[in-house]
Formats: sequence, structure tokens, C-alpha cells
Amino acid sequence: MTVLDERRTNDAEAPGAAPPAAKRRRTVGERRGPAGPLGRAIRMILLIGCSIAFLYPFLWLVSASFKPAQQVFDNALIPETFKPGNYSEIWDAFPMLTWLWNSTVITLAAAVAVTISSGLVAFGFAYFRFPGRNVLFALVIGTMMLPGTVLMVPQYLIWDWMHLSSSQLPLWAPNLFGSAFYIFLLRQFFLGLPRELFEAARVDGASYWTLYWRIAVPLCKPALLVTFIFEIQAAWTDLVRPLIYLRDPELYTVPRGLKAVLDQFGEGGEWRWEIVATASVIVTLPMILIFFLCQRHFTEGIATQGRKG
Amino acid sequence: MTAPTLGDPRPGARRGGLRAAFKRRDTRAAYLFILPWMIGFLIFTAGPMIASFVLSFTNYDGIGSTQGVGLANYKQLFDDPSVAKSMMNTLLFTVLRVPLQMAIALALAMLLLRVGRAAGFFRTVFYLPVMTPHVAVGVLFLMLFNGNVGVINKALGYIGITGPSWTTDGPWIKPGLVLISLWSLGTTVVIYFAALRNVPQDLYEAAELDGAGPWGRFRHVTLPQISGALFFTLVVNTIGSLQTFTEAYTAFYGTGQAQSYTSDDALFYVVYLFQQAFQFMHMGYASALAWLLFVVIVVITVIQFRLSKRFVYYEGDAR
Repeated sequence: MTVLDERRTNDAEAPGAAPPAAKRRRTVGERRGPAGPLGRAIRMILLIGCSIAFLYPFLWLVSASFKPAQQVFDNALIPETFKPGNYSEIWDAFPMLTWLWNSTVITLAAAVAVTISSGLVAFGFAYFRFPGRNVLFALVIGTMMLPGTVLMVPQYLIWDWMHLSSSQLPLWAPNLFGSAFYIFLLRQFFLGLPRELFEAARVDGASYWTLYWRIAVPLCKPALLVTFIFEIQAAWTDLVRPLIYLRDPELYTVPRGLKAVLDQFGEGGEWRWEIVATASVIVTLPMILIFFLCQRHFTEGIATQGRKG
Repeated sequence: MTAPTLGDPRPGARRGGLRAAFKRRDTRAAYLFILPWMIGFLIFTAGPMIASFVLSFTNYDGIGSTQGVGLANYKQLFDDPSVAKSMMNTLLFTVLRVPLQMAIALALAMLLLRVGRAAGFFRTVFYLPVMTPHVAVGVLFLMLFNGNVGVINKALGYIGITGPSWTTDGPWIKPGLVLISLWSLGTTVVIYFAALRNVPQDLYEAAELDGAGPWGRFRHVTLPQISGALFFTLVVNTIGSLQTFTEAYTAFYGTGQAQSYTSDDALFYVVYLFQQAFQFMHMGYASALAWLLFVVIVVITVIQFRLSKRFVYYEGDAR
């Protein structure tokens, strides 16, 4: 994996920057030739079949959320009895609005914090040559490889020591200090910027902050946006930290709330799966919306991630 | 020629002693830029790791007095049947899941090639489940895989198969969780698709001239060319699978009456760690559990890197 091999990661060009024309080879992505009408038909049929399998759980879930309890498992995608009342029932039974608000605030705080801090740190590693740089950057890579679960207990103890272990702070405040993965990602983008731009600005007497804020940031907006939306997804969907830190139901996030709904209405509880399905739709829907708004950034961000490998 | 970028080596790098370097303005500015990370690293990574190591030799439980217990926690790792059980559960899940995920994702990514503009649509469909919060995936597992009324067994029934009780019958729980986890393999598909599109076309033409059939082209052109992406996903998915928590915890563990299933077939390693730490408050023992997991992950990753030297091809390598 090239993550450990700086020489290689250095030449990876930023997406969008075209590789030098002379070196360019035709790739499979550009192949326009048909695979034969039969081959194409078979591919399409297989893909459509798989797509149905991938989409089915969503359709099932949404449909179940509009059914009365006894029809949830009848597996009809169009509810026989249409019962939108599930949504108002869950609204009354649980502080759903509070949970949505909590999740929104925490998610936005996490994403804003990690984007700002990781951007700064990444620029520090990309622009400057300073003693200790390589050692420190190796540490960044090292923490990227560190399994998160290993730090679960001691991080809790630190928050406990600060008497903040049953607050929402541990869910986003660590993001103020940057995150190794995003630092790495953003540094890659900064490394692809033309040096001339910065040197010209230096000659004009620009401060280092100006270099970052007026040149680097505007040019790397797409990468910063990728960081932002990746963290939105990570923060919104997290269940582990809410389980550890949030005791008071008033502080719950939506995923933690869904777990509470499941515990009360699901398998061991009242067996009212339509309520559980309704809560599942509520927790999932914002992510689906974000995805459709920022689809291109998700797929490009992930493709870049793979290219590093 | 492209213009030099920040990534290129800088001509005429300044020389001078370390002391001189630290006095320079740009050095101080650089440290200011990376300061947030350095603080965070000390508070949330390095500090906790040291603390966790020290704690693993104590009986710290957050309430009573803390005493050093020497290696007792580490000895207990080997005596505690739940450690072996949860580790086996986790390893079995990983061994089932990772290869299946890679194979199916590769097949889907290859199907996506050469369907023209439709590829974008299908890629979206395959990625959509990744956006679903894990807790909702755990819920879906309970509903879709329910042995009596779940849609999976209904579908199996149509083709004359009596499906197992995926959510209650011990031996079937892990295969069921593997199947539901395959639903979210979209990230891997996107990575493979991007890698496949970058394979130089002339290699296929050359292989065809040499008389290679479809399998030969796949084996000798496609696989080596995307081996970097394959290896990346192998490492990342393995590390992720070894830390599986949310789906299993959502479906099988929780507060009070929700514990419908009490056997330990869904006891994944991190679930057990979580219970020890945050339900029983055995922080010392949980720290030892965490270190064991860390060692296991490091060993597995190192083995994967060693093996990769033989299989992974990087363009421009003279290996």
C-alpha cells in the first residue's frame, strides 16, 4: 500500500488535474466499443436484477413504515391499509424532534470542526519544509492505521476525568484537532497545487495565513467539501459514541434513539415493527438526501481513496 | 512539462543547523499550522494509549480504589471463555465476509464497465446502502431475516427451501450478519470501478494478440492491474470487519427486556469489550482486551502486507 511510501503518494496527481499529455494512455474507461448486443443485454439484465436486490430493503422499509402492525410482514410493497399515523405516533411516543435537533447540531459541529482543523494541518504538512516534518507525518499515517476501538476506553476516561463523560461534547469536540484520514486526503490535494502561485504571493508580501486562506483553500474547495460530507455521514450514523456517552434520552442522537425505539418496540418488546420501521426511515432519510445532493463528491472522494492504495 | 507543484522537491533548500531551522519564521508558522493536530494527538491518541497500557495492569473500575494487579488481566484473557468465543465469532465473520465482499464487488464493478452512461445510475444504486446508518442495518436484519415472517425466508420458500431461523438459531446468526453486511459493499464497488477504468487498453489488445482468452485477460491483465485497489480494500475491510460492533449490538444486545437472545453466538469481540468496559465498568480488563485486539489487527495487517509483496503490482516497479 502506497500510504506508507511517500515517494509514490507525492506524485499522485489531484483529481481534475490532467496528467501530462505525452504520458497519457488509453484506458478501459475510454473504450467505447460495444461488447456485442447479446453481451450488453446480459450485462444489463444482471445489473437490473442486482439493483432490485439493493433497492428492495429501502422499499420494504418505507412501505412497512406506512402499514398497521399486523400487515408489516405481509411483504406487499404497496400497503394494503395506508397508515401514515405511525409517524405522528412515534412523534408523540419519543422526543423525536429533540433527537433530530441533537443529531443535526452534533453532525454539523463535527463536520465543520474536522474540515477547518484538518485543512490547516494538511496545509502545514504540504507547504512547509521544517525539522521533524517527516517524523510527525509518519505519526499521522500511524494514527490512521490505529483501530478506533483500541482508544474507546481511555478516551472515555479522559472525558470522565473532565466531568464531561455524559455530555455531547465527546461526540464532536475531538474533531477540533483534525483527523488523520482527512489530513492525509487534503495534503494530497494541496501537494498538487502549482508552487508559482504561492511564490508570487510571497513576493507581494502575503502572510502565510493569506497563502492558505486566499490561495490554497479556494483552489481545494472540492476536497474540503469531500471532507465535510464524509464527516457528515460518519457523525450522523455513529452509534458507538452515543451509546457510551449519552445517558439522558434528552441528549440522544437519532441513531441512539432508534436503538431505544427498537429495545421498546422490537424483538423483546411490544413487537410493533411498524414503529421501528418508521424510526429507521427517519434516521436514514437525511443521509439519502445528502447523497443525492452531493453524489459526485462521494464517488470521487472514494475513488481517490482507492487510488492511494 | 507541467508546472512544479507543492509536492515537487524544492530547488535550493536552505541549509543550516537544527537550531537555526527552529528560529526561522516559516518553521514557526508551520508548527502553528499543525498545532491542532499535535494537541489532539497528545490528548486523544498518545495519552490514551499510554493510559490504556497502564490501566491494563490494574483493576480500575471507576469507583473503588485502584490497585496494580500485574499480569492478572492478561492471564484472564486466556481463562475467560467469552474472549475465545468472541474472538472466534469475529474471525469467522471476517473470513466469511471479506472474500465474499471483494468477489461480489469485483463482479459488479466489471459488469458496470461497458454499459455506457447507465454505469452512473447503477453505481448510485449500489452505493446507496452505504449511506444507511449501521443501526438501521441491524434493524433491517431483524426484520428481513426473521425466520418465520421475514422476506428472505418467504423468498426461499417460493423456490422450495425452508430457510433457517437466521436471527435466533446460533450457527446461522453469523452467516446472516455476513449476508446483510454484503448489502453495504458499495464503497468497494466504487473503488474497483475506478481502478478498472484506469487499466490501459493496449494491454488487453496485446494480450489478445498473444492469444489470451477472456479468462487469461482477466487473470494476467485485469487482476495485476487492479491489485493495488484489491489490496487496499482487503486491508481496510479486514480491519473494519474485525471491529464489527453496531449491527450485532443493535440486533442482539441492549437494555432490559430487549435481550431476547442470550446465547453468545452474536458476541463479537468489540461487543464483549464494550460490555466489559461500559456495562460492568471493568476498565482495566477492557484495556487488556483492547490491547489484544490491537495486536491481532497488527499481526493480520503485517501478514497481509508481507503477502502483498508477491501479488501487488505497481506500475513502474522493477520487481
